[in-house]
Amino acid sequence: MIEIEGVSKIYGDRRVVDDLSLSIPEGSFCVFLGPSGCGKSTTLRMINRLVPFDSGTIRVGGDDIRQIRPEALRRRIGYAIQSTGLFPHWRIQDNIATVPRLLGWPSQRVRDRVTELLELFRLDPETYRLKFPQQLSGGEQQRVGVARALAADPDLLLMDEPFAAVDPITRAALQGEILRIQRDTKKTVVFVTHDIEEALRLATDIAVLDHGRVVQWGKPVELLEHPANEFVTRFVGGVDASAFSLLSLRKVAERLQPGAAAEGEPLSADASLRDALAAMTARHVDRLPVVDAAGQPLGAVTLADLVR
Amino acid sequence: MSRQLHDAVASPALWVLVLFIVLLIGMPASAPLFHWAFPLVSPPVFERTTFLALFLSHAGMVAAASVASTLLGVGVAILVTRPAGRDFRPIANTLATIGQTFPPAAVLALAVPALGFGPRPTIIALFLYGLLPIIENSIAGLDGVPAAVRDAAAGMGLSAWQRLRDVELPLAAPAILAGVRVSVTIAIGTATIGSTVGALTLGTPIFDGLAGNKIPFVVQGAALVALFAIVTDMLFARLDRHLRITAAGGPPGEYFGNNAG
Repeated sequence: MIEIEGVSKIYGDRRVVDDLSLSIPEGSFCVFLGPSGCGKSTTLRMINRLVPFDSGTIRVGGDDIRQIRPEALRRRIGYAIQSTGLFPHWRIQDNIATVPRLLGWPSQRVRDRVTELLELFRLDPETYRLKFPQQLSGGEQQRVGVARALAADPDLLLMDEPFAAVDPITRAALQGEILRIQRDTKKTVVFVTHDIEEALRLATDIAVLDHGRVVQWGKPVELLEHPANEFVTRFVGGVDASAFSLLSLRKVAERLQPGAAAEGEPLSADASLRDALAAMTARHVDRLPVVDAAGQPLGAVTLADLVR
Repeated sequence: MSRQLHDAVASPALWVLVLFIVLLIGMPASAPLFHWAFPLVSPPVFERTTFLALFLSHAGMVAAASVASTLLGVGVAILVTRPAGRDFRPIANTLATIGQTFPPAAVLALAVPALGFGPRPTIIALFLYGLLPIIENSIAGLDGVPAAVRDAAAGMGLSAWQRLRDVELPLAAPAILAGVRVSVTIAIGTATIGSTVGALTLGTPIFDGLAGNKIPFVVQGAALVALFAIVTDMLFARLDRHLRITAAGGPPGEYFGNNAG
């Protein structure tokens, strides 16, 4: 979906992005992870040409982005940012309708799409359509910001720390929603964050950036099991923290003893090892039965299996 | 009584406006009063021309100068807040400051030889004098558009022109209007000195009165100029409230309380 090849960006004498290459597959949820100043936002903003780059090539859907007029490129890429950037003088419906209107959709189609998106984000269309951004809570504004980015149904969505400014409970809810929408629509998402928890929860692929370079590129589990260097180890929170993170990434199905029997309330095979450990701790047992999504018994999992 | 009617009647702007119009048209009727107060002055009310004619000429010059300084001032502010025009910002500020610090009387004196007597030198002086507040406020307003809003507008694919027209100017409108308000209010007062170079303004009775030692003329002209400035300022205040509500987002009454009407 996106090929970044040898891209550099120089501000003065500082290489903010340094010969960076990445190939982001279609339908993936790719997270750029790193401390502030590592070049992750700059790289994201190069993809829709908000930041011009000095050398290298970026292709989106096979097209060299420098061959596309910036406005045309941006209208086919969703863009959501931390402080939402909602237009304060426009009603919610007009904010969401921004890109469809730029693309010249007929007004009935725009209206239907606004309704559909408000419902997708669990905002009652009749209540919210005519409100202004500042009449909404931070979490609601952020939902509208993401809805606006999705309005013209782009294949690619760029998100720059979109949930960094909301409280932890709202953030978790928003993460759940974007994850659900991404899994349902199979859109490609490039998501910038400095929050390792957020990255592990959302990403199918993570690029860890430092000093404008990719220091590690892979699946969340690889990052935790085989950190490329000291920087990545420290960034994922040290060995102990990554052990717990691994428990939440691994599924019970991977450690299951097929056909084995156990007593008690069964676990779903989709549950994480962390859930399994929590259930065992709470019930003071070291062995639990496992069922599939339909509730059919699959086997059992033991405490020893979890830490194997 | 309906809410709107109640608000209108309770508003000081309405009553000042009524007072202004009554004085503008009915000043000759005050002759007995001025005769009683200044028995030696004859006639007791300025009558070389009607006050309405003076007002229309005065207002016309202010309007011409203000429209011109608004167009140029906002234009310059837009130019110097674009990436391509950023380098010209200090020059624009300096020129506008010079326009402001140069005394209008001196502009009149210099403009007369070039343009002759009459309204034109006055319009030029008012135009130059009114530029600074408009340029400064417009730049401040355009600078004040939140960075995230600009970023989102660009990131969604609005063209530079669409960003200016649909996002930046509406959000900067209250600040721009504040500059125009200061500029027009100053121009109304300053226009009176146009009378010294042959322009017809509400300052004409003031200068005639000063020259002929006729205090009633001075009082009549000064009162009308002051009322004109106050009425104009009040009208701007109303427009400002309206714009702020629009730019801030949110209908009056619902979110901003009841002081928005």
